[in-house]
Amino acid sequence: MSISLLTFYLFSAILLLSSLMVISTKNPVHSVLFLILAFLNAAGIFVILHAEFLAMILIIVYVGAVAVLFLFVVMMLDFKTSLEKDNILQYMPIGLLIGLVFIAELVIVLINTRLDLSNIQILSNPLDNFSDQSNTEAIGSILYTNYVLYFQLSGVILLVAMVGSIVLTLRDREGVKRQIVSEQVDREGKIELVDVKSGEGVDI
Amino acid sequence: MNVLQSNFFELITIIFYCILIFVPLLVGVVLALYADRKIWAAVQKRRGPNVVGPFGLFQVPADGLKFIFKEIILPDSADKTVFLIAPIITLALSIAAWAVIPVQAGVVLANINVGILYIFAISSLGVYGILMAGWASNSKYPFFGALRSAAQMVSYEVSIGFVIVTVLMCVGSLNLSEIVLAQKNIWFFIPLFPMFIVFFISALAETNRPPFDLPEAESELVAGYQTEYSGMPFVLFLFGEYINILLMCAMTTILFLGGWLPPIDVYPLNAIPGFVWFILKVTLVFYMFAMVKAFVPRYRYDQLMRLGWKVFLPLSLLAVVFTSSILFFFKLAPGMS
Repeated sequence: MSISLLTFYLFSAILLLSSLMVISTKNPVHSVLFLILAFLNAAGIFVILHAEFLAMILIIVYVGAVAVLFLFVVMMLDFKTSLEKDNILQYMPIGLLIGLVFIAELVIVLINTRLDLSNIQILSNPLDNFSDQSNTEAIGSILYTNYVLYFQLSGVILLVAMVGSIVLTLRDREGVKRQIVSEQVDREGKIELVDVKSGEGVDI
Repeated sequence: MNVLQSNFFELITIIFYCILIFVPLLVGVVLALYADRKIWAAVQKRRGPNVVGPFGLFQVPADGLKFIFKEIILPDSADKTVFLIAPIITLALSIAAWAVIPVQAGVVLANINVGILYIFAISSLGVYGILMAGWASNSKYPFFGALRSAAQMVSYEVSIGFVIVTVLMCVGSLNLSEIVLAQKNIWFFIPLFPMFIVFFISALAETNRPPFDLPEAESELVAGYQTEYSGMPFVLFLFGEYINILLMCAMTTILFLGGWLPPIDVYPLNAIPGFVWFILKVTLVFYMFAMVKAFVPRYRYDQLMRLGWKVFLPLSLLAVVFTSSILFFFKLAPGMS
């Protein structure tokens, strides 16, 4: 048993435990915090697989941005009122369905590796002709050549989603005063220099 | 037990290296706190700390001791576990990021391929300490401070990311030592000067330094997310914050000021060991941080958001397009000639 195997067991044990805690803690904020712990441990497993680029991207995107917004929303909840546990089995069917899909996918992966776990080494280096490059370079050179269309397409989808959400939330209300910086710092025609005679004053 | 025995020496050396980073960092933080107060005082024509020890040098350790012996007050309605974990996370993350900082050619704890992404990831995690502290305190002002801080850090991270991308395009590697070595001919702050400014201001916002210290704005929010903290947890926050500031100084040094490289590669200058240059540059950047604190008034919250999203984001996005175009058309990009 090597150190890397030991760390793998450590990471995966914490990963499983914290994902269990995500669905079993009563406090939604604790759930999100455990979810973040799960993300971090998944990133750790990526590092053990020598997929350091994916690990860092996982942390930056999911933990650093998505989960922050998650926590942001959940923190505002008045969770003491949302603790009703009477219909806990309400989401059972869809949960089972999703679980089955995941198990099926895992089985497909295992069949593809022909049940030989040493083939999992492939994961860190899936493409033969990039074996001499770091995986950041390998991902870049495959993403921007063979899969450039899909890459662009996903970019366009994200753009559409962004524009859509902005349009949905943008409201132009009447009577709201906004700061227009260019107008504020613009002195032309806004400032008048007046010579004031003492004792008389001026009308402005 | 077999695993631990066979790797015992490896473990010991790793722990030794960690201490080798941690101790200078603590000394650095103490000096930075002292320098911060002295510079701030000098700008306002005050003397600053000058009573404890020679020139007041022992003021910071004395303050530290005072905090250690104070009682740790746990608010009654606080979520106690999260409340105590939050400062630990802040300090641990800020120290963890230093593992990949190269202080001299080849002198770095972990010379990983994705060094810059690692730092970016760790600093994006930093917001959790503040969010957890604000929520767990179960009190109005800390909560407002945490919300402000989260929005602020997420906003400025975006422009920091794009600035880093412009630098990386000129380097062709994510390794921090490679980034420094790529500046052998010219430090990046000359060709990428606008991005240097954007990075510097974003770094101020990212570390909650004045003029962007809205999460702890004392005139509005008492002390923001730190309001309910006292004693040791407060010290952990304070140290974490200053280690983060030093980290941002080191990042500015590595990305734009040539890391450990001397200004000109001639005899008396390149005989000085690299870490001296590195420390000198970090000190210079920290001096700029301290000066900004001394003479820029605090931003209003909407101004802060406008600066982040409407000025820096388009500017840095344009810079990415512009830099990549120049690198492409003049065949300057690494690996193109």
